[in-house]
Amino acid sequence: MKAAVIVFPGSNCDRDVAVALEASMGAKPHMVWHRDTELPAVDLIVVPGGFSYGDYLRCGAMAAHSPIMREVKARAEAGARVLGICNGFQIITEAGLLPGVLMRNAQLKFVCKDVHLKVENDRTDFCRYYRSGDVVRFPIAHAEGNYFVEPHTFREMEDNGQIAFRYCDRDGKVSAETNPNGSLGNVAGVYNSKFNVLGLMPHPERLAEDLLGGSDGKLMFDSLVEALS
Amino acid sequence: MSQITPEIIAQHGIKPDEYKLILEIMGREPNLTELGIFSVMWSEHCSYKSSKKWLKTLPTKAPWVICGPGENAGIIDIGDNQAIVFKMESHNHPSFIEPYQGAATGVGGILRDVFTMGARPIANMNALRFGDPSNPKTRHLVAGVVAGIGGYGNCVGVPTVGGETNFHSSYNGNILVNAMTVGLADKDNIFYSAAAGVGNPVVYFGSKTGRDGIHGATMASAEFDEKSEEKRPTVQVGDPFTEKLLIEACLELMATDVIVAIQDMGAAGLTSSSFEMASKGGLGVELDLDSVPMREQGMTAYEIMLSESQERMLMILKPGKEDVARAIMDKWELDFAVIGTLTDTGRMVLKRHGEVVADLPIDPLAQASPEYDRPWVAPAKLPVVKAEDVPAECPAEALKKLLACPDLASKRWIYQQYDHMVMGDTVQRPGGDAAVVRIHGTDKAVAITTDCTPRYCQADPHEGGRQAVAEAYRNLSATGAVPLAVTDNLNFGNPEKPEIMGQIVEAIKGMGEACRDLDFPVVSGNVSLYNETQGTAIQPTPAIGAVGLLDDVSKHMTLAFKSAGSNIVLLGETKGWLGASLYLREICGREEGAPPPVALHRERRKGELVRQLIQDGLVRACHDVSDGGLLVAVAEMSMASADRVGAALDAPSTLPLHAWCFGEDQGRYVLEVSDDDLVSVLEAAEEHEVNARVIGKTGGHVISVGGRAVTVDELREANEGWLPAYMGAEMSGH
Repeated sequence: MKAAVIVFPGSNCDRDVAVALEASMGAKPHMVWHRDTELPAVDLIVVPGGFSYGDYLRCGAMAAHSPIMREVKARAEAGARVLGICNGFQIITEAGLLPGVLMRNAQLKFVCKDVHLKVENDRTDFCRYYRSGDVVRFPIAHAEGNYFVEPHTFREMEDNGQIAFRYCDRDGKVSAETNPNGSLGNVAGVYNSKFNVLGLMPHPERLAEDLLGGSDGKLMFDSLVEALS
Repeated sequence: MSQITPEIIAQHGIKPDEYKLILEIMGREPNLTELGIFSVMWSEHCSYKSSKKWLKTLPTKAPWVICGPGENAGIIDIGDNQAIVFKMESHNHPSFIEPYQGAATGVGGILRDVFTMGARPIANMNALRFGDPSNPKTRHLVAGVVAGIGGYGNCVGVPTVGGETNFHSSYNGNILVNAMTVGLADKDNIFYSAAAGVGNPVVYFGSKTGRDGIHGATMASAEFDEKSEEKRPTVQVGDPFTEKLLIEACLELMATDVIVAIQDMGAAGLTSSSFEMASKGGLGVELDLDSVPMREQGMTAYEIMLSESQERMLMILKPGKEDVARAIMDKWELDFAVIGTLTDTGRMVLKRHGEVVADLPIDPLAQASPEYDRPWVAPAKLPVVKAEDVPAECPAEALKKLLACPDLASKRWIYQQYDHMVMGDTVQRPGGDAAVVRIHGTDKAVAITTDCTPRYCQADPHEGGRQAVAEAYRNLSATGAVPLAVTDNLNFGNPEKPEIMGQIVEAIKGMGEACRDLDFPVVSGNVSLYNETQGTAIQPTPAIGAVGLLDDVSKHMTLAFKSAGSNIVLLGETKGWLGASLYLREICGREEGAPPPVALHRERRKGELVRQLIQDGLVRACHDVSDGGLLVAVAEMSMASADRVGAALDAPSTLPLHAWCFGEDQGRYVLEVSDDDLVSVLEAAEEHEVNARVIGKTGGHVISVGGRAVTVDELREANEGWLPAYMGAEMSGH
């Protein structure tokens, strides 16, 4: 599998994603600076977390209009897999690759902690090594993760299986208590209709190594290597 | 008509005898810009004039120290051609006036002190002291400071991995915000600030200059009064996004071979950076202020030189290398300008609109920077409080109250607003004895802690100074790390009062003894004085920031009990010292008595024993005993355990129960040891002449001692519940 990680000014998690990808791929991903116009031929494009352009105007709003993002959109339409993590999720939503918007957390504060997620759809390249209904533990670290989309679109996405993860408790129970930011239906991540683009607020790359407290995240990168090699 | 009046001189914080010295040095009356330069260079914040004499007594040498105090940050060698660069600094005064920006720029400033030396910042910590929770401003200040630290640190992408927070009424009018940064550098690519090479270009890069923060340095050394609110414009404004660009641009530039010297623009901005670089290099400097990138029109020379706009750096480049540096700054969209050259005149000459607006000698000003031997009075030693004179409350009830008191209550509400995992190397997260951060790409790690017990320092600054260093030594050893070096942030009241100066002198003496005996040198630090409002000073707070090294990160030790049925072993002697204890204050409402003494030679032996036991894999958990005493330490180990492992403790034979449970005797660790390893542990303790006793067993989900018990869940609820409830958030529960 060949992969590229897009680096914007203010991306902070580009190296973390590269480390997790290399651990699963056995090779280094291309690190692509946002001002480069050509993107190498790759199977997977990752838009990492961070504070691109300092989150000014709106999280991801400015990055979404950078030259490289037009190229990422074209590749996505041509079928390449795109993974947007945290700020990356905000960027690809602003760029129109995914429906909906990420608003400010309901309790108005930045929150950094481990959360439990229920896997909603295991029939995608991103989740081969998970089973629907599994409970996994990833960390979150954001202030604007409150996902929203119009109710009718949301119902379509649910019927279509486009909900990737929901915030739950250790035993998989989804409730208001387990929702860290107020997002609609406890949504933590969603797919596009063709299931080749995934955006999620939690950081799989941060729990991909037992020494750091867990490795549930590694299975997502292993899934992608398995599916795209 | 001279612009300088006694009123203007006083406004600049310059005393009459200091002004006489200025006239001698200048040979004439200074103009306003020159007076401004003297006032910031001779401010307490920049010149350390009241503490310099005593700071020189601190030990700063060890085989692993590459650079001690005097540079932007301290540097220690951790082997494999790598170095750790670290320092702590305070933004106390600005944070009281405007908590968000005051705290945010405190983080920004300390980050720059570290990466200006060539190190990538890998971890931030902060030590915070707020007023009593009942004080009307406290909640607002806590919310603002925490949001500011998180807002800046999270955006810059450096993990905030821990710290400590105290509450006490002495900080009602003067909160303390001490920020610490730890960075990683290549040993042969470290950058210093001494200018060199007459004719070399002086280059400014980073953000544009504005009028924010003018006189931040002098304000840092002034007592607060009712007019402090008007000083709001002197609080600098931070832009973490530009700081992130500055970090990446600097490190990219430092990988090329174009820099001669570099320094960040901290307190007193362009003045202190240009002045210190020239003075350290024994050279002169000529600056053309017209070429300084500015974001406001019509700025005077005075405003440009004294502005403390953030995210700005000054460097001396090798001749002809300007274009290499400019290309990197363009990539990162940062301002860049050659604003002057080095000269051999030994003078600072400033030009504005083609005219010389300031011309002052550098070395005389630097050498003549006042160093005061202020009169001081050592505080009287307080009597020892005997256990019999302290009411004995049911240990279970007292434990619950202590774990919910502001100083011991869980600080999760604070550190959950900090990204403590970015950069993917945080091995031990906030909440333990020390943070543990892996050295990227290696099996090594640094352990980092901040420590100080202000109530001890109030009772006896000498013993308090020793204890702050000893506790840092213990917290590092409890994770298995070898303690290497210390930075400090000395926060005190007005040094012109002999009893306050006495606190400073005694605390520094105590710190020096502990650093010397524990081979734990001071490599950098900061002093913040005049922390006083309408005559009442803060509790003396010599905050210590310390770094240790773990050669094998997989062996790092945590404080959580791991399993039921283990032995609980106490290392160190317990006499039940209740003087200046949290029990005495929080349960009995009394702040009195001498603090627990620190036996330094025994601290060292116990630290070596604990590290060896951890290295040999003979312990499952390790925690140092500190605030609240033994029962609190054991409760913390239970609350941290994944499945709420309880503890059944034996009642003490000789001591009264409350003294055994809540005495704060120093030099003690609690270990969790399996039956198989117990004999080896007790034998090793004997070899190290360390008192070691089994005091109970882990198991169940209850903590019991002397026939009384309380469930771990109840303790967790009390411990976790206070801060969220106080800050008004709904109970966070999980």
